[in-house]
Amino acid sequence: MDLLNAIVAIANYVLVPAISYGSQLALGALGVTLIYGILRFSNFAHGDTMAFGTMVTVLVTWWFQSLGVSFGPLPTALLALPLGILGCMALLLVTDRAVYRFYRQQKAKPVILVIVSMGVMFIMNGLVRFIIGPDDQRFSDGARFIIKAREFKQATGLSEGLAIKTTQGITIVTAVVVVALLFWFLNRTRTGKSMRAYSDNEDLALLSGINPERVVLYTWMIVAALATIAGVLYGLDKSFKPFVYFQLLLPIFASAIVGGLGNPIGAIAGGFIIAFSEVTITYAWKKVLGYLMPEGLQPEGLVQLLSTDYKFAVSFVILLIVLLFRPTGLFRGKAV
Amino acid sequence: MNETVKNVGLFALVGALILITGFMQSWNTAILILNMGLISAIMSIGVNLQWGFAGLFNVGIMGFVALGGLAVVLTSMPPVTEAWAAGGLRVLSGLLLGAATIAAAVIAHRKMRPGRTRGVVMIVILVGGFFLYRAVFDPGVEAVEAVNPAGTGYLGGLGLPVLLAWPVGGLLAAGAAWLIGKTALGLRSDYLAIATLGIAEIIIAVLKNEDWLARGVKNVVGLPRPLPYEIELQNDPAFVARVAGFGLDPVTASTLYVKLGYSVLFTVVLLILLWMAQMALKSPWGRMMRAIRDNEVAAEAMGKDVTARHLQIFVLGSAIVGIAGAMMTTLDGQLTPGTYQPLRFTFLIWVMVIVGGSGNNFGAVLGAMLIWFLWVQVEPIGLWLLQVLTSGMADANPLKQHLLDSAAHMRLLTMGVILLLVLRFSPRGLIPEK
Amino acid sequence: MSDNPWQDDRGNKDASITNKEGMGTVPYSSEAGGAHPAPGGPFLIGEAMTGGYGKGPDILHECTVAVDRGEIAVIVGPNGAGKSTAMKAVFGMLDLRSGSVRLDGEDITDLSPQARVARGMGFVPQNNNIFTTMTVEENLEMGAFIRTDDISETMEQVYELFPILREKRRQPAGELSGGQRQQVAVGRALMTRPKVLMLDEPTAGVSPIVMDELFDRIIEVSRTGIPILMVEQNARQALEIADKGYVLVQGRNAYSGTGKELLADPEVRKSFLGG
Repeated sequence: MDLLNAIVAIANYVLVPAISYGSQLALGALGVTLIYGILRFSNFAHGDTMAFGTMVTVLVTWWFQSLGVSFGPLPTALLALPLGILGCMALLLVTDRAVYRFYRQQKAKPVILVIVSMGVMFIMNGLVRFIIGPDDQRFSDGARFIIKAREFKQATGLSEGLAIKTTQGITIVTAVVVVALLFWFLNRTRTGKSMRAYSDNEDLALLSGINPERVVLYTWMIVAALATIAGVLYGLDKSFKPFVYFQLLLPIFASAIVGGLGNPIGAIAGGFIIAFSEVTITYAWKKVLGYLMPEGLQPEGLVQLLSTDYKFAVSFVILLIVLLFRPTGLFRGKAV
Repeated sequence: MNETVKNVGLFALVGALILITGFMQSWNTAILILNMGLISAIMSIGVNLQWGFAGLFNVGIMGFVALGGLAVVLTSMPPVTEAWAAGGLRVLSGLLLGAATIAAAVIAHRKMRPGRTRGVVMIVILVGGFFLYRAVFDPGVEAVEAVNPAGTGYLGGLGLPVLLAWPVGGLLAAGAAWLIGKTALGLRSDYLAIATLGIAEIIIAVLKNEDWLARGVKNVVGLPRPLPYEIELQNDPAFVARVAGFGLDPVTASTLYVKLGYSVLFTVVLLILLWMAQMALKSPWGRMMRAIRDNEVAAEAMGKDVTARHLQIFVLGSAIVGIAGAMMTTLDGQLTPGTYQPLRFTFLIWVMVIVGGSGNNFGAVLGAMLIWFLWVQVEPIGLWLLQVLTSGMADANPLKQHLLDSAAHMRLLTMGVILLLVLRFSPRGLIPEK
Repeated sequence: MSDNPWQDDRGNKDASITNKEGMGTVPYSSEAGGAHPAPGGPFLIGEAMTGGYGKGPDILHECTVAVDRGEIAVIVGPNGAGKSTAMKAVFGMLDLRSGSVRLDGEDITDLSPQARVARGMGFVPQNNNIFTTMTVEENLEMGAFIRTDDISETMEQVYELFPILREKRRQPAGELSGGQRQQVAVGRALMTRPKVLMLDEPTAGVSPIVMDELFDRIIEVSRTGIPILMVEQNARQALEIADKGYVLVQGRNAYSGTGKELLADPEVRKSFLGG
């Protein structure tokens, strides 16, 4: 029995990775849920929007690095992030102008917009691969760790180490700041409230003098910021590969739906639920149980419920269970 | 210009494009495009059935295609007797245990009264069942995969004729579709899109990781063929003599013969399915489906069971996609789970259906052939275009290098542009629904 | 199939990709047609209006409704008589083939609904007339969205008019009772400080006691000097408080007069008031 070591092992292999992955999913799901709530369709291009914003950030980061600009112990990408967001905003606003606006004027049905977003997805996907290529790109620099496993062991005298990567720390801090800003904006500012009003009841918003085009404009800008931040954080934490971002669509959709589509709080909760389930179910618990179980009873196998290759399956099964028992998601979303 | 003329013209155009490919590039390429076009056409018919006639949004086409592919392995490969002896029964009983666990949980959910007890019982059944299943299943899998891992390492199939795998692929896909539809097609609204999106990824994950089933990413190669091998033809004096009469050399002639043989087979299947789809469309059943689609409230008031009808058409459409998936794997001669990509096998099929004309079977066929042609040919055309555009630049220019290297990604961009243009300017597709 | 191919969703009802709740029906047009002076006549009048929705058949035929300063005008009539349609026509939500709408000495026939709001028309639709997910106070704030000046005074007036709203101001409006929701809806419309208030069946679906209370409130609003044009299902009670009444039948004016006259008219009594 070694409770302390078990807790540290859990923190190191489950809590920290799950919290940072959960933050990334939550930011992605917030973008999806905002579009669903205000533009009323699920945006299949969201993964590729994230990839585009991240790509711009990566390119700017490389440029900064070539100029010798650095951000001390923090990754240079954080300096490049605002430019990445601007680039992504420009792309989304051009897309809205050239593509989506026409369908809004036609009062097109949401499912048509979903198909439109598939076309946009192809274009953005092609664009990103065309510009930066389909390969893995690393752009993280600065200090690698906030706490190193070895230092932790020395300081505490435990045999289990706890490592927190700089990127994980940044992810969590950024996510908290961004989410706080977003909620302040939606609940306290006039523009934010008008966006909620439009999402709630389009006709009445119109009768109240709210300009739909303006609401849509702000929505795309916020979505661009959220998508780029989510994408950059994910890329710093792992690496940037266009195809992986496309694949993030499933866990992101799952997070948004589990929480209740159209509900921002739900998107955040959903992100963490999906992340925690993925990590706990695909983690090999041998080590932790080894500390907890009495001598002789320690497990021989890995005690891994599912291999990591099935992480998509986990998010999906969670989603299915939630939908079967609570079709509107955990936090009453708009569905059904 | 009347409609029939226009439609025939459109088909003739696609035919001409393929012929031009034959004359300009090679007949091999042309027939390859034709063959995959025919398979894509069948997939499109399946998706069109779901989207065009019932408004069901399936974004898991890739999963059904892959199930069709799996069917080919399970049906036509010879069984690996050693593997069966080593752990086949154990694997099977493990799977049965897993299924029994889920069934028991469902029964408990139905029979018991709602409340905490029911929840606890269900959790106990599921958790207990899971560990039991793993305890039986895992050693079996290990044993099976240990049998000659470089060559087999899986259970193999039933050793039946490969053509039988096509309907089996349909059945397998239909079974999966029934399960998905049963859970995801609700009463007032459904969540089919996310359900199919997820299941497709899971099917691919299973194919990639369950080596005992179809060797996972080690791929199953050398699948039996419905047609003779080229080398057999080349060694057949009668064949050599016959093609010599046409002035062809035996090597080229044998590859063309085999590929054309596939074309004929695929065309037959396509025509049968197209005919069936058309008949279904015109039958009372088809009229009812469209009545439901156009006014569900009225159809429901007339006593139509909308959910059951939706389930029906979803299963049918998916079965057709499964058949196409089996045909594709037969054509490839191998099952390679790593090649299944949603962009290629789900979203591209959607482009085909929308461009061709949702709700029109002929439109689906036309869209499939046209889009498949473009999907193959945009790459060389794009490369050529970029070469022309960059011809003024020095060869060492990094921009030129980059552009030429990136030509391969032009096809995604082009598909997006085509989809958006059609949606905007011809929203009902090239051959609209009547 | 719909005429507009982009409005054809093939009966899709996939909740994981589409969100139809709260979707709008009023087409948004930023280009507002011009208004031109047309002095004289009542404060608000829809005169000889003929038209219907889109390309559909005409629902209104030469229909006229009007309200003057300090008045309550009520439109009554049997089901399907075109009462709500007449109201929507005055508000610019349907295509008029002939006739005109004039407000405060201006011809506003060509203005979009949004432009009419900006010109001082307050409209309370029959259904979906509140933001259910927002608090009562946020509903009122949204009502005043086009205003750039201080709205606290108007909000205070609304709270004085509807004290229950002050009590519930932090509660989501969707959690309120039917009668309270109608008060939120009217309060929201009042927040623009409209020159005229239009109510489409404000008492639909509320209990008789609540209905009486709502009518009292409407009279109070009218006493603040805002002319009110409303459609009512409960003809007798509505005519009792009306200065002016219009009885519509099949989109035409059948009877009009003061509320008292109509109540006294034996024809009207027999046909519409149940004897």
